[in-house]
Amino acid sequence: METVSDRTVEPVRRRRGGRVVAGVAGGVAEHLGVEVFWVRAVFAALTALNGVGVIAYGLLWLFVPQRPVGSPEPDEQPRERQQALGLVALGIAAAALSGLLTGPLSGWIAGPLAVALVGAAVVWREADEAQRRRWRDGARSGFLGAGRTGLIRVVAGVALVAVGIGVLLINSYGLDQIRFALLAVVATLGGVAVLTVPLWIKLINDLGEERRVRIRTEERAEIAAHLHDSVLQTLALIQKQAEQPREVRRLARGQERQLRDWLYGREVGEAGKPTTLSAAVARAAGEVEDTFALTVSQVVVGDCDLDHNLLAMVQAAREAMVNAAKHAGVAEISVYGEVEPEQVAVFVRDRGKGFDPDLVSADRHGLADSIRGRMDRHGGEVRLRTAPGEGTEVQLRMPRKTEAGT
Amino acid sequence: MTVRVFLVDDHALFRAGVRAELDSITDEIEVVGEAGSVGEAVAGIARHRPDVVLLDVHMPDGGGAEVLRQVRTALPEVVFLALSVSDAAEDVIAVIRAGARGYVTKTISSQELVRAVVRVAEGDAVFSPRLAGFVLDAFADRPGAAPISDPELDLLTPRERDVLRLLARGYAYKEIASELFISVKTVETHVSSVLRKTQLSNRYELSRWASDRRLV
Repeated sequence: METVSDRTVEPVRRRRGGRVVAGVAGGVAEHLGVEVFWVRAVFAALTALNGVGVIAYGLLWLFVPQRPVGSPEPDEQPRERQQALGLVALGIAAAALSGLLTGPLSGWIAGPLAVALVGAAVVWREADEAQRRRWRDGARSGFLGAGRTGLIRVVAGVALVAVGIGVLLINSYGLDQIRFALLAVVATLGGVAVLTVPLWIKLINDLGEERRVRIRTEERAEIAAHLHDSVLQTLALIQKQAEQPREVRRLARGQERQLRDWLYGREVGEAGKPTTLSAAVARAAGEVEDTFALTVSQVVVGDCDLDHNLLAMVQAAREAMVNAAKHAGVAEISVYGEVEPEQVAVFVRDRGKGFDPDLVSADRHGLADSIRGRMDRHGGEVRLRTAPGEGTEVQLRMPRKTEAGT
Repeated sequence: MTVRVFLVDDHALFRAGVRAELDSITDEIEVVGEAGSVGEAVAGIARHRPDVVLLDVHMPDGGGAEVLRQVRTALPEVVFLALSVSDAAEDVIAVIRAGARGYVTKTISSQELVRAVVRVAEGDAVFSPRLAGFVLDAFADRPGAAPISDPELDLLTPRERDVLRLLARGYAYKEIASELFISVKTVETHVSSVLRKTQLSNRYELSRWASDRRLV
């Protein structure tokens, strides 16, 4: 965990400063850690290959979000910008040349297509501007943003796309009627689709944002409800009982336990029965804490599902905790459980009075019946370590049922 | 000799409480400063050069582990003792692996806290029962555990395991020593060795381990 490097890899974001068209090349360059000139050169070179560069650029423009307002942006450098414009011109020239070379088919398509693409680029760029304005102003202004310049740009872009499509259609006037009609419909639909892309993206983003906000609100409401139901109630109770330290300790400890379960997700539901050993031990320890107003610190290493025998063992352990709470005169009991491949062991220990096992009066059934009897019946064993003044430790061991042995 | 202690916790109330406790019950410890954030802590530790830093695991801006990362190389002689309310194994193990020499919970009694501070100041490790349990869990052999690349670091010796078990059962060093028929010094050596392995072993795939730790 500590080996995570300092340099966090940021996702690609189109940059807003120092951009020529849409900040795609700059964003990619920053992501890869290379100079922006080379990225632009690659795009320009790819454009010569039947316009692959343009398509790649367009797709990145579509799918890579802008960097939000407020993040640091590189300064615009005049030299870099000049280079970029040169590369754009170079790319266009290369595309035109390759279009001429590859024959008449792409010749009559390339010209109008280029005009339409420029129109689309103008509209998309304007949509980027509008998004930035929304971020900046925090206002829910519409898709077309504010200002006459924005409107003019959008209209100009739409006009360019329309002209491109129109020229394309006029060029192909030689086709027969059905094919011409088909082409016209497809071209128009394509133009509309390209022009409305920013609108769709905004719609999708807004939906996602709304969902996030809703989830956050729900989470907050759940936390508030929980804090109110348990923590505030307990704090009120503690204030009322301030003169009784024992009671205050009991309340505080109980609340701490509940909050921990809730925060760290230990599966000890109030309602449901625990199904694992660690949950069962935690439940038993909690009950003893509540009843006797002391602390039971418990550590369980490993875990397994609770079966008949282990349930009996947990009950025996609980009885041992109760004994310690009643007789040892301590404020804390330690419980340690360990799940091993062949057996499960639980140790209940206190640093209290201790006693001489031979002198236990016959009326104290706890140890004999509730602990020893229970463990014997289920095939486990009990060991006791105690002496007056030395504290007491009850050691419980239960063999595990292996798959083969059942 | 008094131990000079620096407190790092983002809750001012808690800092005031610990300071009052430490000041009132012992002369062994002198609180020389406190900080409520990672930045303050880094600056304060560099200025005061304390013997021991009591470090909260959970703080904004990266928590105790971040303080350790920023201070540890510059001031290797400063010892850190993690203090937390967290029950999450990965948090506790992370701060140990970042370089803390021990971990105790915030509910620890004042006397025990003093003993823990003195002990880490003397160069020993301090394992609460819960940390002992986490470490046992982390080194346990189970299906899906990361492979052992360096047996020196990736495995606990049977004796180290015994010591950890007794620590998890709430035994003090002296009790562990008499239980295992070894000297207290040897117990300390075992605990320090376990601490070293916890910090250096690459056996932890922490995220995976955290989700697997309930499976045997």
